[in-house]
Amino acid sequence: MTETRPPRAAANMSLALRAWNIRRKALRMGAVQGQGYIGQALGIADVLAAAYFHALDHRPEAPDWEGRDRFLLSIGHYAIALYAALMEAGVLPEEELETYGMDDSRMPMSGMASYTPGMEITGGSLGQGLGIAVGMALGLKRKGNPAFIYNLMSDGELGEGSTWEAAMGAAHHRLDNLIALVDFNNQQADDRSTAVLSAEPVTAKFAAFGWHVQRVDGNDLDAVVAAFDSARAVEAPCPRAIVFDTRMCRGVPFLEAREITHFVRVEPDEWAKALAVLDEGRPE
Amino acid sequence: MTRDSMARKHQPRKAPEGPRAATSAMIASLEAEGYDTVAAPFGHALVEAAKADGRIVGLTADLSKYTDLHVFAQAMPDRFYQMGMAEALLMSAAAGLAREGFVPFATTYAVFASRRAYDFIAMAIAEEVLPVKIVCALPGLTTGYGPSHQATEDLAIFRGLPEMTIIDPCDADDIAGMVPQIAAHPGPVYARLLRGRVPRVLTRWKPDYRFALGRAQMIREGGDVLVISTGFMTMRALDAAALLAADGIEVAVLHVPTVKPLDTATILAEAGRGGRLVVTAENHTVVGGLGEAVAALLLTNGVAPAFRMIGLPDAFLEAGALPTLHEIYGLTPALVAERIRGWL
Repeated sequence: MTETRPPRAAANMSLALRAWNIRRKALRMGAVQGQGYIGQALGIADVLAAAYFHALDHRPEAPDWEGRDRFLLSIGHYAIALYAALMEAGVLPEEELETYGMDDSRMPMSGMASYTPGMEITGGSLGQGLGIAVGMALGLKRKGNPAFIYNLMSDGELGEGSTWEAAMGAAHHRLDNLIALVDFNNQQADDRSTAVLSAEPVTAKFAAFGWHVQRVDGNDLDAVVAAFDSARAVEAPCPRAIVFDTRMCRGVPFLEAREITHFVRVEPDEWAKALAVLDEGRPE
Repeated sequence: MTRDSMARKHQPRKAPEGPRAATSAMIASLEAEGYDTVAAPFGHALVEAAKADGRIVGLTADLSKYTDLHVFAQAMPDRFYQMGMAEALLMSAAAGLAREGFVPFATTYAVFASRRAYDFIAMAIAEEVLPVKIVCALPGLTTGYGPSHQATEDLAIFRGLPEMTIIDPCDADDIAGMVPQIAAHPGPVYARLLRGRVPRVLTRWKPDYRFALGRAQMIREGGDVLVISTGFMTMRALDAAALLAADGIEVAVLHVPTVKPLDTATILAEAGRGGRLVVTAENHTVVGGLGEAVAALLLTNGVAPAFRMIGLPDAFLEAGALPTLHEIYGLTPALVAERIRGWL
């Protein structure tokens, strides 16, 4: 286990603006449907901004480019957040934003590989992404392809036994090209994830499974960027995990203050208010 | 265990009269009297296929020796992945390798693939139409270890899964023939496996027989009865047909190694000829397997011959010696012949 204490640099404003744009697009999609996993999207936006505008080697115009770093969305219900990031990155056209969750859309409520460019796998049956990532990491090594596999998963998925089968397998096969991103927002369907089935101490668990692990504030962009950099730079031949402590609904204080649930309820008249509040906090 | 047998809890099971046989090792080969056998046809065929196709890799969940994959592992160690006793990882990692352009052959026991790993096969493999080949030992009643190892409902489970091609080979030649064909098939495949010393059956009855993916093939002609069979029950049907021929009863045997998609044209044509009792035979529960698939096919096409099904009962089966169990559940040639005779 490595404690990462990045130097307090000035905030990276371009990434902050990317994260703000991702939040804003996600909110607009939520407004279209009048619902959505907006709490998770607002919470993970900083991690997605750092992923798509700092860490990942990818080509927006060629989402299937063989040399790309693969970004797997194990948590299919976070699709609203990834669609926003893919639009911000130029993989998906922004004109399709208002089709989110509609019939004939390429952006279904739960992410599926066959629907959406840039969506590597069909997530949603939780606990599958990390195992698929193990196979893709083995495959990249077979091909001599130096790309990384990132698997975005949730703290709730740490309750699935298959996650730990995959964690053992990744370490056993020395998959130093695999980086697990764990969104620890301490929330799952029935309650706080630490109350439902606690994964704590989560960093000690990953370390005991043979992983390099960091735990950072997932809403502190500098810390997020430094964690991505550290994870890629590890020399030991082991898989890497970054546990991001995030805050649901980050960026919209009146939603943040609400009693947070897995599926945050937003009243019809509140979408415009949420966008207005977000706009007030637009980074320079 | 059935509700009836629950009443006998902790009492000895009733076995047929005669000397008492012992449960063989779980990995016992299916050796049939009177047929030549071939050692590990799957492992050797996979090595040959892999020499021709660089995309092929092999994975197992701690059962390479018991699925004949050890032959491949020894011949091509750098293309073999030991995933440990972790079937969810086995299937999801196979999906990941397929995503990167490989053709993974993933092996375990049929019970573990169909029961434990089903969601991973459904979502990571089948829904994505990935070319993962799931090859599983101990199908149906091929072990005396009891329900923990007897995959009596695997065909029913996988028949319900869209995109899945399902194969139940009869013998060593079926297995050797299917390997390169399923490797070339673009989608997912679930294949039942006979391992160890496997008999060569079909070419004795039909010397020019060759496995063809998706095709049912007539192995033997006959005007009184049409048996439509899959897996090693084709062997039992052929042996039963020989017994019945001595009584002047002519039995045709249509071998259906590809259970899904069914060769509907051949089955409809043969069953529709009229005048013959149609009997399905499978090493699987009569719920949801070949028999019900054929019944639905015939009924929806207005073909209504006299129709019977031979298979395993809708029950958790007993433990014991395999020959004893085949006697109890009516899978021997003599018992198959007896039932057919009784239906005429």
